[in-house]
Amino acid sequence: MDAFSFAPPPASEAAERVRAEVRAFLAQELADRPPFERADSWNGFDAEFSRKLGDRGWVAMTWPKRYGGHERSALERYVVLEEMLAAGAPVGAHWIADRQSGPLIMKVGTDKQKDEVLPRIAAGECFFCIGMSEPDSGSDLASVRTKATKVQGGFVVNGTKVWTTNAHRAHYMILLCRTGEVTANRHAGLSQFLVDLKAADVEINPIIDIAGQHHFNEVVFKDTFLPDDAVLGEVGGGWAQVTSELALERSGPERFLSSFTLVVELLRALGPNPSPQATIAIGRLVAHFVTLRRLSRSVAGMLQAGADPAVQAAVVKDLGALIEQEIPEIARGLIAAEPDTRSTSDFVAVLAHTVLNAPSFSLRGGTREILRGMIARGLGLR
Amino acid sequence: MSEMRDMFVETAERLLRDHCTPALLREAAATGELPAGLWAAMVDAGLTKAAVAEDAGGSGADLADALALLVPAGRHGAPGPLAETLLAGWLLGRVGIAVPDEPLALAVPRAGEVIRFSDGAEGPRLAGRVTRVPWARAASGGIVVIADGSAGPVLALARPAGGAVSPAANLAGEPRDDVAFDGAAVEVAAASPVGRDEAWALGAAARSAQMAGALQTVLALSVQYAQDRVQFGKPLAKLQVIQQNLAIIATQAAAAAAGADAAIEAAGHDLSSLAIGAAKARAGEAASIACNIAHQVHGAIGFTREHALHVSTQRLWSWRDEFGNDAFWQQRLGERAVAAGADGLWAMITAAA
Ligand SMILES: Cc1cc2nc3c(=O)[nH]c(=O)nc-3n(C[C@H](O)[C@H](O)[C@H](O)COP(=O)(O)OP(=O)(O)OC[C@H]3O[C@@H](n4cnc5c(N)ncnc54)[C@H](O)[C@@H]3O)c2cc1C
Repeated sequence: MDAFSFAPPPASEAAERVRAEVRAFLAQELADRPPFERADSWNGFDAEFSRKLGDRGWVAMTWPKRYGGHERSALERYVVLEEMLAAGAPVGAHWIADRQSGPLIMKVGTDKQKDEVLPRIAAGECFFCIGMSEPDSGSDLASVRTKATKVQGGFVVNGTKVWTTNAHRAHYMILLCRTGEVTANRHAGLSQFLVDLKAADVEINPIIDIAGQHHFNEVVFKDTFLPDDAVLGEVGGGWAQVTSELALERSGPERFLSSFTLVVELLRALGPNPSPQATIAIGRLVAHFVTLRRLSRSVAGMLQAGADPAVQAAVVKDLGALIEQEIPEIARGLIAAEPDTRSTSDFVAVLAHTVLNAPSFSLRGGTREILRGMIARGLGLR
Repeated sequence: MSEMRDMFVETAERLLRDHCTPALLREAAATGELPAGLWAAMVDAGLTKAAVAEDAGGSGADLADALALLVPAGRHGAPGPLAETLLAGWLLGRVGIAVPDEPLALAVPRAGEVIRFSDGAEGPRLAGRVTRVPWARAASGGIVVIADGSAGPVLALARPAGGAVSPAANLAGEPRDDVAFDGAAVEVAAASPVGRDEAWALGAAARSAQMAGALQTVLALSVQYAQDRVQFGKPLAKLQVIQQNLAIIATQAAAAAAGADAAIEAAGHDLSSLAIGAAKARAGEAASIACNIAHQVHGAIGFTREHALHVSTQRLWSWRDEFGNDAFWQQRLGERAVAAGADGLWAMITAAA
């Protein structure tokens, strides 16, 4: 069962050096950041902060220097990510570009696209959003209906994308849409486009999430013209590209650290003499974090070695989401509190934030059921 | 991971696959006896003294290599004190005591128990009882005891007096005997390189490795059964709810394996590492979830002595409570987290593994 073997994460002294640097940096930068905002980590959008990380070389860490990257190892990058998340740094602005859009462009983009976009991502000043989901296409992504029709000099796009995180403040969208007719092969006829959101004529409408925040959007394409050089990769090759992109989306430390701020505030609220029951509950979480980190770092190592750990990534994300969602339940079982995002108690405010956001942990980036379906395929069951 | 470890693990895997037949496992569980042929084969392959130096008659691997052998041992449900002999041999070797070829047991007093060591005019003596010593009755090489001496922990190789071993067993029929050490013959003793807590952690690391192996078998058997069993005109494996449940077993097995890998690495240099408690606690949780689903998928046939599933599930149900159950280790980890404090928690986790 090769799909289920997790290679030992390679040791990296360089990574531990970076860790110390990042900790020192964050201790200063985030000194005044309240826990409620820390809890937002990879949803937190702060262009200024992203630029600072770009200056320090902590964006595009593994990319070639020629594109503004730093040619560091995947493990060093991993350490930077997990330190940012554990500390609750606002990394949302550049997160998607660094994690998946940039690497995808590097893999399939034209020289012009690479030269134009990658160095700006690396500088921490160019942000991306993901145009995959549609009103009628969620888990069944291959059913997308947004259509790009070939015209003189480019394409005309019609259709609607939804749940597009950061569309209202990103510079680019990578759009998945149909360029060919629907045939028996559902995965054929799909293509990706690099959409310059500042230039293209699209309508971006806010969708307020359950927590009252504006992170995601509806993006409407109405006879929107995209020039030929906006095609990303191969016309008709969109499905293969989008699946390789999703593998990058699934195994990172953001897939088990979403509720970490709540654990920190819980521990603080419990004080120096918690009950045995509380001590045991905290210890259980420690055991989960230790094993999840190991699994997640293992996937980082396998990616670095050029393997394709798609099933392993699904394993990490499924296990991670389970514990992320259990954390608010554990917290409220140990400390009686009525959750309130405006509370002056850090614990209560962070609890409220986490309760409200928890449902998304097993939806975004592939639902629990879809991930388990991938794992079942890895087991040879389908 | 060293080449030596890979080679050892492969040898163990092959040997145990050949020897651990359903008939042998049934017989061992029913009688609580050590299968002589299996043990002899493990001795011949150098597995039982893996972590004993070559000049002391061992295979010269390190503790981590030895612990890694316990993953295949758990996978095949190998009956016998392989874990105990490996750990006891490693301890004896560390203080320069010659390691016998025969099977060894390891007696670590638990909370509320104590073995006192004295060395007076009538020679070295032990006093006290230890309950549920794994494979004590089969330890023809002797029982390695972590005793309390006047100047700290003492490691003694002892042979209990006749009648001092009262047989008991875990759910899988593995001997877990009560041993009275009063009047035992103390063959040799030395200042112990580990205290009770560290010896207990050694046991926990060993069980974590065994559990990781057993969980792989629970997964493999369940996948196979779902593919073979036909209901409503199609294999169970075609039903989505079955697929999703089997996926859960796979994720739990992966978590236990990752924990065990980290514990094996950590045990090699630091028996107080957080990684060991994390592995044992996480494996315990994984075992509960995986066994539950595996039995559901297997239906009534899995609820029999005839089917092989119980070999792994009964061991898992036993091992999760040996050398500290989930709550025991969670509490230890929790205490360390509390000591680290809210702002030291993350640094503690990253330092662990
Ligand atoms: C916070 C957040 C941010 C997001 N950001 C983006 C973004 O930036 N860009 C983007 O493109 N998308 C984004 N998404 C959308 C996300 O990718 C989808 O929510 C996800 O793919 C599921 O699609 P759906 O919501 O339409 O649910 P559906 O696919 O309709 O599923 C509903 C339920 O049915 C289950 N289900 C569906 N199919 C099956 C099946 N075959 N077997 C068993 N069960 C099934 C699902 O698991 C789920 O439980 C975001 C979502 C959230 C919550």
